[in-house]
Amino acid sequence: MSAANAELKQTSKTSLYEFHKNSGAKLVNFAGYEMPIQYQDGIIQEHTHTRNSIGIFDVSHMGQLKIECSSSIFPYLEKIIPLDFSSIKNNQSKYSFLLNDKGGIEDDLIVTKVDTGIKIVLNAACKDNDAKIIKDSIGEGFTAVLRDDLSLIAIQGPKAVDAMEKIFKDISKLNFMFGNYFEYNKKKIFITRSGYTGEDGFEVSIKNEDVQELTQDIMRVSDAKLIGLGARDSLRLEAGLCLYGHDINTNTTPVEGALSWAIPKTKKEKGGFLGDKIILDQIKNKPKKIRVGIKPEGKIIAREGTRIFSNDQKEIGHVTSGGFGPSVNGPIAMGYVDYEQSKEGTKVILKVRENMVHGVVSKLPFYKKNYVKN
Amino acid sequence: MIEKKYSKKHEWLEVNGNIATVGITVHAAAQLGDIVFAEVPVVGKSFKKDEAAAVVESVKAASDVYSPLTGDIKESNQAIVSDPSLVNKDPENSGWFFKITIKDQNELKDLMNKSDYEKYATENPN
Repeated sequence: MSAANAELKQTSKTSLYEFHKNSGAKLVNFAGYEMPIQYQDGIIQEHTHTRNSIGIFDVSHMGQLKIECSSSIFPYLEKIIPLDFSSIKNNQSKYSFLLNDKGGIEDDLIVTKVDTGIKIVLNAACKDNDAKIIKDSIGEGFTAVLRDDLSLIAIQGPKAVDAMEKIFKDISKLNFMFGNYFEYNKKKIFITRSGYTGEDGFEVSIKNEDVQELTQDIMRVSDAKLIGLGARDSLRLEAGLCLYGHDINTNTTPVEGALSWAIPKTKKEKGGFLGDKIILDQIKNKPKKIRVGIKPEGKIIAREGTRIFSNDQKEIGHVTSGGFGPSVNGPIAMGYVDYEQSKEGTKVILKVRENMVHGVVSKLPFYKKNYVKN
Repeated sequence: MIEKKYSKKHEWLEVNGNIATVGITVHAAAQLGDIVFAEVPVVGKSFKKDEAAAVVESVKAASDVYSPLTGDIKESNQAIVSDPSLVNKDPENSGWFFKITIKDQNELKDLMNKSDYEKYATENPN
């Protein structure tokens, strides 16, 4: 019965659903949404097309929370999101997390400060719970709305800027991790220079009824292709970026996740957020385990769950994301290991099926590009 | 031309005397997507019918390749180990996985012919 009920449960569709289908997408259920895992070209070609040219990703399943507020909200938000909101510039974006009282990560997110308040982009699987946590924390005085009237597309790759400039004048002047309002179909839309592929690019928040037209416009002015979640995963893994629920979760802290760079210095010194005692102690005394990059030797792919051993056969951790990196042209992985074994260059052994695969703790990202700073 | 036989687990095999050449079907290769890794069995190793004998990995996932017959490995295809994309390009020919001795000719009876397999693959895409 329960299995049958689960299948009956309706999956959600983004506004580009029909467009994906007509474009030859292979659709899968992802976080309750029917999303394209790949199109006809396949994951490797989609991946390299994004690295060499320009790709369009439908990420409308992600949550777009808008809080209408003034700076009086900052103390409430800073309790659950370890940022220094007053030091964030107008239209600036910051990567951060929603924390729990153990210092664990309830979700990772992008916060953008705009003149009418705060915009937060959340992971699809977490967004309803996130919205609840945020609403509980900020209280009745502010309105926070998950905007399901808005779609979100990411335009990524070295040719993204030229294509976008043809549609949005002066968008090339945006700096990485900054946004601004632009006009499309006589409506104000918000675009940030950001992404999750390790490439230069943009994320466009746009009304559901306009998203397909804009997607087609971008494809008309450039050789942009639609890119599925499969390539999104290999691109972000090469870029050393975390996939929530895999590389970080409610039981890992930002320090263990090697993400303490995202916590500003003032917060690292004074705390004042959920789980601060645990997080500050880990910063000072080092965590027991930490996320690292691992490069397996040879061709064998060490996927999520692969056990990691030290050179002297002691089990020291496990892989949380692993796959084939098309631009690296080989297997790559991320995982947690004992802090003592986390130094770059440390030799490890990965147990894949019956194979003992040699690997090395490696610097992240596996693949590096420079982001734009005007 | 020898007629190929097909298993329910989407392997093909081509019988030549008491040796069968085994690989994955065009349908299976297309379902897997871009293949980036192949592991073939060691020559001399014995397998039972339906036992996992080789591994094929696409960008998306790892899958076992099952031996459709009981027997011993006579040869395995190193060409797909050095160039796994061969399995996508030519799955039912140069992208073969291994050659296995046929211990029990009766096991061949459980296998499908091409048209039956094609019908089966449409109804059981994975």
